[in-house]
Amino acid sequence: MIIFFFLARETARGLWTLSSVPPNLRAMLRYALKRFLSLLISLAVASLVIFMVIEVAPGDPASFMLGLNAQPETLAALRSELGLDQSRPERYLEWVGGMLQGDFGTSYTYRTPVTEMIGDRLWVSVPLALYALFLSVVVAFPAGIYAASRRGRAGDVGVMGATQLGVAVPNFWFAMILVLIFSINLRWFSAGGFVGWDKGLFAGLHALTLPAIALALPQAAILARVMRSALLDVLGEDFMRTARAKGLTARQALWRHGLRNALIPVLTIIGLQFSFLLAGSIIIEQVFYLPGLGRLVFQSISARDLIVVESVVMLLVFSVILVNFLVDLAYAAVDPRLRART
Amino acid sequence: MTLLDVSNLSLSIHGLRILDGVTFSVAPGEIVAVTGESGSGKSMTALAAMQLLPKGAKTTGHIMLGDDDLAQMDEAALCGMRGNDIGMVFQEPMTALNPVQSIGRQVAETIRVHEPSVSRVEAEARAADTLTRVGLPQDHFPLSRYPHELSGGQRQRVVIAIAIALRPRLLIADEPTTALDVTTQAQILALLTRLAREDGMGLLMITHDLAVVADMADRIIVMRKGQIVEQGETQALLHNMQHPYTKMLFDASRHEVNLPAPPAPKPLLEVKGVCRDYHLPRKTLFGAPGTFRAVDNLSFTLNRGERLGLVGESGCGKSTLTRAILGLEPVQEGSITVDGQPVFTGTQPNLAVRRKMQVVFQDPFGSFNPRHRVDRLVTEPFHLLDNPPQGAERSRAIDEALTAVGLRPADARKYIHEFSGGQRQRIAIARALIIRPELILFDEAVSALDVSVRAQILDLLADLCSHYDLTYLFISHDLSVVRTVTDRVLVMQSGKIVEAGETAQVFDAPQHAYTKSLIAAAPVLPDLPQPVG
Amino acid sequence: MNRNLFLGAVLTSVFLLAALISFVWTPYDYAGLDIANKLRSPSLAHPMGTDHFGRDILSMIMVGARTSIAVALVAVGIGMGVGVPLGLWAAARRGSLVDEVIMRGNDLVFAFPAIVIAILITAVFGAGAINAIIAIGIFNIPVFARITRGAALSLWQREFIMAARVAGKSAARISFEHILPNVANLLIVQGTIQFSLGILAEAGLSYVGLGAQPPVPSWGRMLADAQTMVSIAPHMALMPGFAIILTVLGLNLMGDGLRDLLDPRLRVART
Repeated sequence: MIIFFFLARETARGLWTLSSVPPNLRAMLRYALKRFLSLLISLAVASLVIFMVIEVAPGDPASFMLGLNAQPETLAALRSELGLDQSRPERYLEWVGGMLQGDFGTSYTYRTPVTEMIGDRLWVSVPLALYALFLSVVVAFPAGIYAASRRGRAGDVGVMGATQLGVAVPNFWFAMILVLIFSINLRWFSAGGFVGWDKGLFAGLHALTLPAIALALPQAAILARVMRSALLDVLGEDFMRTARAKGLTARQALWRHGLRNALIPVLTIIGLQFSFLLAGSIIIEQVFYLPGLGRLVFQSISARDLIVVESVVMLLVFSVILVNFLVDLAYAAVDPRLRART
Repeated sequence: MTLLDVSNLSLSIHGLRILDGVTFSVAPGEIVAVTGESGSGKSMTALAAMQLLPKGAKTTGHIMLGDDDLAQMDEAALCGMRGNDIGMVFQEPMTALNPVQSIGRQVAETIRVHEPSVSRVEAEARAADTLTRVGLPQDHFPLSRYPHELSGGQRQRVVIAIAIALRPRLLIADEPTTALDVTTQAQILALLTRLAREDGMGLLMITHDLAVVADMADRIIVMRKGQIVEQGETQALLHNMQHPYTKMLFDASRHEVNLPAPPAPKPLLEVKGVCRDYHLPRKTLFGAPGTFRAVDNLSFTLNRGERLGLVGESGCGKSTLTRAILGLEPVQEGSITVDGQPVFTGTQPNLAVRRKMQVVFQDPFGSFNPRHRVDRLVTEPFHLLDNPPQGAERSRAIDEALTAVGLRPADARKYIHEFSGGQRQRIAIARALIIRPELILFDEAVSALDVSVRAQILDLLADLCSHYDLTYLFISHDLSVVRTVTDRVLVMQSGKIVEAGETAQVFDAPQHAYTKSLIAAAPVLPDLPQPVG
Repeated sequence: MNRNLFLGAVLTSVFLLAALISFVWTPYDYAGLDIANKLRSPSLAHPMGTDHFGRDILSMIMVGARTSIAVALVAVGIGMGVGVPLGLWAAARRGSLVDEVIMRGNDLVFAFPAIVIAILITAVFGAGAINAIIAIGIFNIPVFARITRGAALSLWQREFIMAARVAGKSAARISFEHILPNVANLLIVQGTIQFSLGILAEAGLSYVGLGAQPPVPSWGRMLADAQTMVSIAPHMALMPGFAIILTVLGLNLMGDGLRDLLDPRLRVART
């Protein structure tokens, strides 16, 4: 336990040194601008891809949505509503233009603006993914560092074994088991549903805790392994030897020199993790009956409501691209070589 | 009073004997050089003195620094000594510094680790002083610089600064200049000598370069296979070598070969006005990318049967030139012709011309695909032939090539990892010879070899010259080697040839300032008469 | 043969065998309803118990293994088959337009998690095992492309590649003769890992109904069915869960073992 607290404190201290280094501002800005441009291009291409896939829907989207027995008038009405009488490029630009203004169209099945439907649910899915990311980092970092510092000994073997298992567990299955133990038997948490943020931050988080833990488990296992292997790689580097030759103890060398260098590959993984977490949260919502984007999109698939599907997918992809952009910025904060390369 | 007194030091790692009964001493202000070939244990001796040995290492014996026995101290006490009483400088400057920390911080850290009461500001001031001492003044090298913004020589100075920041009593330098250019090497060695004399610091210098040793050291220790074979005061030892191994080592370093006389000049390779530009990454988002001129209006002629040397330091463009000659990279201007035919027609390399050239690379470990057998490796150039030999003829060609370089035909069935570095270079030479090219390029071909192995390869070259009438371009940064295996030499700097002429002449009476500085910087083994018997 | 490899191979073979055997024999008909015997806990007659329709869970697991393994295998095949050549190509033409396009393409596909691709595809084409395969396969492509490109790039710097170029070999020929065999080990290890990830992905997709459709059994869907019964019949959730865990664990152990087995030899070859 003491070790855990010590490690947690050292992690915090390590992360703090990250922020205390003043980066060369102009170089950072140039780099950020370049990444931002990259972000815009990715978004544009992604939106194009999504649009094209929906377009490829066999046959007429209107009859696809309405079914075989639809009346010609209803079909025509829907077609003009969907803007199908316009050319494809026009429809694409209209869609993108609408999105930029926050208008995602109107759901055919529910007859409400998609923006409204998404709004509330976004506040469930994204906090859940972030909560899970936080839990996963908080568990994985100390575990990975501990394993790297005890390489080959019992502590390392233990952590590796645990992570091996953790990686193999499907998060939604783990969620079910958690519900079985903590909700049904122990009654510490409710078995499902979301009370809503207006009941307070703590209540909201409480409802999201079990799902976040379930989501976080396999990701934490992966991240711990990555952290360990990144640290072990760094430990073999020449500058670690220079640090020891200065008179730093092995532990000091690891924290002051090794960790920040190991963070670079770890950051890549965290960026990827967010996309997996978002994907996972969609699935986990089914276990906990959370009113998030997952339930929405699956219902829409069954209802063949392409407008909603299109919008939700675009939103998910957007968050992933955005998080990757933030990770790129974090890279430059950690590694000065990147700033120079622009 | 000796500073460092190593007595009967034996070291084994996971049961494997590395050092055996090593005994020597270093006095304050004295420069002691430990030399030997790879596997001699010299680096391990240095690491043992710092007690920075790998896991599984067991030492016996005493390492006395003043009154303290380093071999008996616990880790905490050792951490107190490292950086404070003993400093160490390592071989690879490019990777020796933490890439994400500024140089000021890394130097100041030595101070702050051992004197925690010192404020950050004061530590940085002292770091600035140390950096100035090693030749990196703040006006050109502010403390906020990062390692990647410095050259190899500059980084090595930072490493030295880190090591001497607290004026340790002993400085250990493990091959500190091996990875550096000749001129940079001279500067760093001068720096180390000056620091040792100024601070009265003992300097334990590990190097395989005997010329450096002869130049710099007060005393020499020769090691072989974990044991000291001979040691003594430099001049005395050089004039009166006792052990046959020492004699062999020095002879090999001075080794000269006799090449057969070259025939009357008839041009084979003609390089005329060649320019090669590289695009640099954009500085601003919309600005035009800059260009870097690696080879600048370069011309020379290589005659048939001639052995031409090309010397230059890193970054002078010799690698680019090599690739251009081989037809691996196009040139922007100028022409390269072999026997009158251009190496490139349009943008495509001319295979008929390529057939006339082959190359031997520097790295005996990286120049072969680890998954192929020697017979396949040696016959790779057959790809250039229209009718490569098959079956029995092919085997004969392989056997002939291998025997010519001193190996056996049976070696053809082995994998490359079964051979030593010297043997691999022989195989590389076999590969270069097998299609009887008219021209061979030796690109730093002996630079990565031990001194004794190098001597053997040079002998092989001389032998091949007389048997096969070789024409070659010998590219190297090692002046002593170039001196003995070439008839003419070109000196290259920043993409241009600054001097050309007969080897002996250029070396004895250089004209250009750069050539002069190069030759002055290169340490030379003195020509010593040996006592009879 | 080290411990990881051995253990992993044993675990994986168990499920592989189960899947193969299921083609000719299962203890009971996997689709056979037997309401009278519903929700039985594991016993001698039904080693894994029965579900809410009385179907034998062991039989369902065996047949479900087919689905999981088939989907994951084909998806890895797609990923490798498309990704590896793309990676080799990008590395051979480093810095050129081709390289840029492939890299950007990778990044783009990475922005679409497998589930999102699956959502898109099924929304348009309907749910089913084929679409699950395509979705997971598409996501595997940039994984292999990126790894291949990275390894190939460092190999291109090696001198033996330059020797091959001096021998006049074209980039394509070098890629296949020299580069590919030297990255093969890396790909084998990554292949087993992606295989295990594929099984997890397939389970997730079937759980939400986007994978194989009834009557084809699948472990993920078994878990979806088990959800409402988890308090009264936990074995319904535990059994498919264990099946997934053990298969994935087996594959990951095999991957680790293979890495240990193949890497040292490479390292010896390079000394």
